[in-house]
Amino acid sequence: MAEDVSPFSHYPSRSDMSKRASRNLKEEAIRYALLATATLSIVTTFGILFSLTGETLLFFSEVSIIEFLTETEWTPLFLIKKFGIWPLVTATALVAFIALAVAIPTGLLIAIYLSEFASPRVRDVIKPVLEVLAGVPTVVYGYFALTLVTPILQEFIPGMRIFNALSAGIVMGIMIIPMVASLSEDAIGAVPQALREGAYGLGATRFEVALQVVVPAALSGIVASAVLALSRAVGETMIVSIAAGQNPTFTLDPRVPIETMTAYIVQVSLGDTPFASLEYRTIFAVGTMLFFLTFAMNIFAHWFVRRFREEYD
Amino acid sequence: MAEDSSALDRGAPVFKASMQWRRLKSHFFVVLGLLSVLLGIVTLLVLLADVIIQSTGWLDWQFFTSFDSRFPERAGIKAALFGTLYMMVFTMLMAVPLGVMTAIYLEEYAGDNWFTQFIQVNIANLAGVPSIVYGLLGLQVFVRWMEMGRSVLAGSCTMALLILPIIIVASREAIRAVPPSMREASFAVGASKWETVRHHVLPYALPGMLTGAILAAARAIGETAPLITIGALTFVPFLPEHPLDRFTVLPIQIFNWVSRAQSEFHDLAAAGIIVLLVVLIALNSVAIYLRQRLRTRY
Repeated sequence: MAEDVSPFSHYPSRSDMSKRASRNLKEEAIRYALLATATLSIVTTFGILFSLTGETLLFFSEVSIIEFLTETEWTPLFLIKKFGIWPLVTATALVAFIALAVAIPTGLLIAIYLSEFASPRVRDVIKPVLEVLAGVPTVVYGYFALTLVTPILQEFIPGMRIFNALSAGIVMGIMIIPMVASLSEDAIGAVPQALREGAYGLGATRFEVALQVVVPAALSGIVASAVLALSRAVGETMIVSIAAGQNPTFTLDPRVPIETMTAYIVQVSLGDTPFASLEYRTIFAVGTMLFFLTFAMNIFAHWFVRRFREEYD
Repeated sequence: MAEDSSALDRGAPVFKASMQWRRLKSHFFVVLGLLSVLLGIVTLLVLLADVIIQSTGWLDWQFFTSFDSRFPERAGIKAALFGTLYMMVFTMLMAVPLGVMTAIYLEEYAGDNWFTQFIQVNIANLAGVPSIVYGLLGLQVFVRWMEMGRSVLAGSCTMALLILPIIIVASREAIRAVPPSMREASFAVGASKWETVRHHVLPYALPGMLTGAILAAARAIGETAPLITIGALTFVPFLPEHPLDRFTVLPIQIFNWVSRAQSEFHDLAAAGIIVLLVVLIALNSVAIYLRQRLRTRY
């Protein structure tokens, strides 16, 4: 630290020096305090990993992993316990598939419409609506699915039960629309204007520019948004807990009660399950599976964008 | 334009020269786009209309001042309202300082190295973890290992971790929006790093941070799954008086009523949903107002 000592100013006194030293000390202390809070996110991740895997390993010390992955019956809460994860996996996949069948086409259409066709004024109206739709709590969507959508579906589809995958899936799809729309719109917005202008210059119509130039150029981002939507659908809990039932059935029939992985965790949590019981450990085994599934999808989506992004100058 | 395209046709046989048809496709697409938007708007309106109709007659003063009950006409959301309030106070007290400090570190202090990268990737991944997994984390770490029990405090800690990524991302954006010239001016008159951050960066970033914090709060208030997982009660005929008391929150109360078979409880759920939505709309309005103010600042 250079002290500028001119003959006219006073020499730095002891108290000045100690002031500066204490100021430096304070600066350093603050830096480390901030660093400590920043590492909390890493601690959280490890906390998740340890708490999940610890109980999961204990679970697999009692239940064989082969049974877990090959059996097609899931009855851990019954007298005769079977631990086949498949009914929960197929249920999760079924609901997620229905949700994506609703969310991806609509979300993508909205994204293309908003960025390529809509006037700024229309956009200013639609975007807040999407934000509100995204902000509705999932428990409200669950209520909506059970008390409104299911009765309507029962009018049209014979054999529709009160709890079913279809109603939960459709409503979950509507819930995910804003996410697909906003992520796809970001990807489409990143396509350089020159590409559009080039196509217009060749005499292309709006439709041709949108579908044959812009969408292919933004494809990596669009695919990533679909994968992230899938991850969201797999992890969604309240809609399926309320509207899809709590019957772990090994079926792909969207009309009957099923139980997704998340709904199972909720079902067990609602009862006061004692720590260190096998039931307690099942939710961690299911949770671990859920965590790694969604984690893989999120990583894949981010990797995909980076790997297949079209680079334009 | 369309007439001349016959010359091009030789090379591109698939190309339809009819301009009318090509324009029609654009119009058709606009209709499809509007229909998609309409699906969202109609859903929202139907949902609102439904909860308003269902809840008529249930949303009275008694509804706010009573505990839950086996009899729908005597049931209310007192415990849930106070539970949500208590939980949110603790959650925000933990999440906001931690989130803002992390954001300050990442934006103002962190060097461009692997460790910073690691933290950033990590935060991005945490934002994508399903909320129910946070519930399992809270159940194992806060409820069991730290022996907080299935309490307000355990719920708040879990919720704080859940919304931390949201607060960090919003705060970072707010800090980044502060022009570098502010910092340089502060350094030029001899201010230290922290003095610059404390007196010049933070005041300007405050509205943006506040907006992010409010949106995060809105998310936490509507979140149900992690609290069910840590074992928040669904039937609470008392007010929590201590951070280690058991509790319930508004979305859990709604879930409880939706899960019952009698349709009167579904009406109660609709009334609860109205209260929840009013709270969320109020919070979001404040956030939008702050965002607008921020926009006019610079």
